[in-house]
Amino acid sequence: VELPLAFNDQLFIQLTVNGVTLGSLYALIALGYTMVYGILKLLNFAHGDVYMIGAFIGYGVLSGLGGPLSPDLALAPLVLLMFLAAMLGSGLLGVAIERFAYRPLREAPRLAPLISALGVSFFLQNSVLLLFGAQFRSYNSFVLGSSNPELFEPGPLIDPVFKIRGVNVQLIQLLVLLVTVGLCVALTVMVARTRVGKAMRATAFDREGAMMMGIDTDRVIGFTFFIGSVLAGAAGVMFGLLFSQVFHFMGFLAGLKGFTAAVVGGIGSIPGAMLGGLLVGLAEAYASGYFGGRWAELVVFGILIFVLLVRPQGLLGTPELKKV
Amino acid sequence: MTEPRVGHDDWVAEHEERLEERKGLSGLLGRWLAHVPGPAQLAVFAVLAGTLPFWMDRGDLFAYGIFTLLYILLGLGLNVVVGWAGLLDLGYVAFYAIGAYTAGWLASGQFEQVRFHFGSVGISREAQGIHISVWLVLLIAGLLTAVGGILIGLPTLRLRGDYLAIVTLGFGEIIPQFVRNADSIKGFDLTHGTFGISPIDSPGFGEGLNRAVGLPISFAQSFERARLFFWAALVILVITVFCCYRLRDSRLGRAWIAIREDETAAGAMGIPLMRTKTWAYAIGAFFGGVAGAYVASFNSGAFPSQFHFNISIFLLCMVILGGMGSLWGVVIGGAILAWLNVEGLANIGAWVNAHTPLNVEVAKYEFGIYGSIIVLMMLFRPQGLIPERRRKRELEEGTPHGALDDPLYDHRIENEREETR
Repeated sequence: VELPLAFNDQLFIQLTVNGVTLGSLYALIALGYTMVYGILKLLNFAHGDVYMIGAFIGYGVLSGLGGPLSPDLALAPLVLLMFLAAMLGSGLLGVAIERFAYRPLREAPRLAPLISALGVSFFLQNSVLLLFGAQFRSYNSFVLGSSNPELFEPGPLIDPVFKIRGVNVQLIQLLVLLVTVGLCVALTVMVARTRVGKAMRATAFDREGAMMMGIDTDRVIGFTFFIGSVLAGAAGVMFGLLFSQVFHFMGFLAGLKGFTAAVVGGIGSIPGAMLGGLLVGLAEAYASGYFGGRWAELVVFGILIFVLLVRPQGLLGTPELKKV
Repeated sequence: MTEPRVGHDDWVAEHEERLEERKGLSGLLGRWLAHVPGPAQLAVFAVLAGTLPFWMDRGDLFAYGIFTLLYILLGLGLNVVVGWAGLLDLGYVAFYAIGAYTAGWLASGQFEQVRFHFGSVGISREAQGIHISVWLVLLIAGLLTAVGGILIGLPTLRLRGDYLAIVTLGFGEIIPQFVRNADSIKGFDLTHGTFGISPIDSPGFGEGLNRAVGLPISFAQSFERARLFFWAALVILVITVFCCYRLRDSRLGRAWIAIREDETAAGAMGIPLMRTKTWAYAIGAFFGGVAGAYVASFNSGAFPSQFHFNISIFLLCMVILGGMGSLWGVVIGGAILAWLNVEGLANIGAWVNAHTPLNVEVAKYEFGIYGSIIVLMMLFRPQGLIPERRRKRELEEGTPHGALDDPLYDHRIENEREETR
């Protein structure tokens, strides 16, 4: 089959692959924003930093167990362990943040929890700065497989799995896509089919009403934070595996882009967050490929502002009605 | 979540009532401030601050004193937007940058293609570029930044509060990035990229006034430059505080506060929401622009690395620490944070290292500390150190209140108050 000219371009295919990978991460972050916003109408500014903490927990597990080529562990269980630890740790962190920084302010004017969230974000960043310092910490995912970074030996995670018209897709890129799709499916099923999912939907629809129907809304809110943070933690580990380095400030821009993705897709909408993440990831990849990396962020923010102007409810969102 | 049931004032008043038994220093200061008329407070402040250069070390004055004043100036601008109109602006640094770059364009040799002089002091008549008197540039920068504020505001102010926060955050990131990248727009060097624009002219009074009354020709070339810059900044600050007083009690100021308290109700009362909010943005931006231009002139340069996101947070922290909407709160909050920033953290760090086995550079974690301040203030003292007393007075003097309120709502608030006692 002859594809149109643009699709024959190897650069385009390469950028698309990169964009989809990046977009998966943004989608996972955006899900956390969107779920919390759906229930509390709160913008969880600290969400990007939960993602960063996830990446650092993954790093902690990796270095704690002796690095990628530890003789005691095979690669697959190691990566699995990193994911589990990061997801659990981030999830608990999310619950703690909700409990201590947001819950006391739930009845306060809108600005208060927002400002508190901002403070939490800075607090988390600086805690990591205190513990790990300002330098980049290496996941060595590129050498996951070699104990000696000097050798610069590509590890199994960046082995090409298959080719699309001559462009290699690495194992890690495939892994990111699979994990993201898996988590998204699990989330969708949970929200649509389970009891707790029903409680979440009820709480998002009308918190007071849900409370009167006997739903423990505080627990539901805590659970929502837990799930959102679990997804962010997974995204953090995947960022580390993809780009092989993590640092204390990484959550800031990632959080902003995740938020952009949530808004583009329609905040409050779960499929919207997935779609938005993909779009933002692709936009960033194309922008940096065609215009140069220094314009990539400008393009992403440009999209955010454009969407807010033209369709403030986002692509898949429903416009919000204000009741007095 | 259902909409919060109380506005800022109610919330502050609730907290105040709870804190009534505890009468600390800040309470005393607050009560004192409530009884002294504004202009008198301002005069006391101006005299106290004006004598600072006589007993402060010249180097310290140069390094910290002037910046403290300018941060307070920026904080006052942000206070208009956040404290009064209740619009969370996380990209205030953008206004600061626009002001600084305006000074860079209008009072330096950046545009070497042209030669235009208007009241410039202390530089050769033959110098290329645009050289307008810095005093005038301050005003122009303010106006231009206000226009910038309106341009940013028009599309974004229709959005709900939290979207606004993110969009302004985006602008706060975009503008420094744009400045960094705009060194060759179709071959035209607008901002000189990462190198920034430097040197920028200094303010001064020119040779005529120098000969007549002995005022300095140009601050930067004077031996007393630290003091001159300090006093000039103080004059700008005093004018700003005065303007803020007048603004707060004006029709516009009352409209801002009404919007902050309840946007829907304010709209229903006939306040034009968009126009009022845009004014808040424009006026907040104006002060930011003036401060930016002054900083650029004082530093003799505008560099993209100056306009970091952290400055927006630092300013927000000032406003929150002092008390949102409270003028003197911003001044005191600014002074405390500037001190912390410059000396306090280093001193605390030295103390910690001397008295505990830890060895940390506390100053490195300043933003963690600011973050903690923000959270703790929000949780335990949301009204700030020196709260705005408006609502308090209303409660004491029994302004008609609650006539239109939902009876259930009032009942509930009463119950909550009962419980907290």
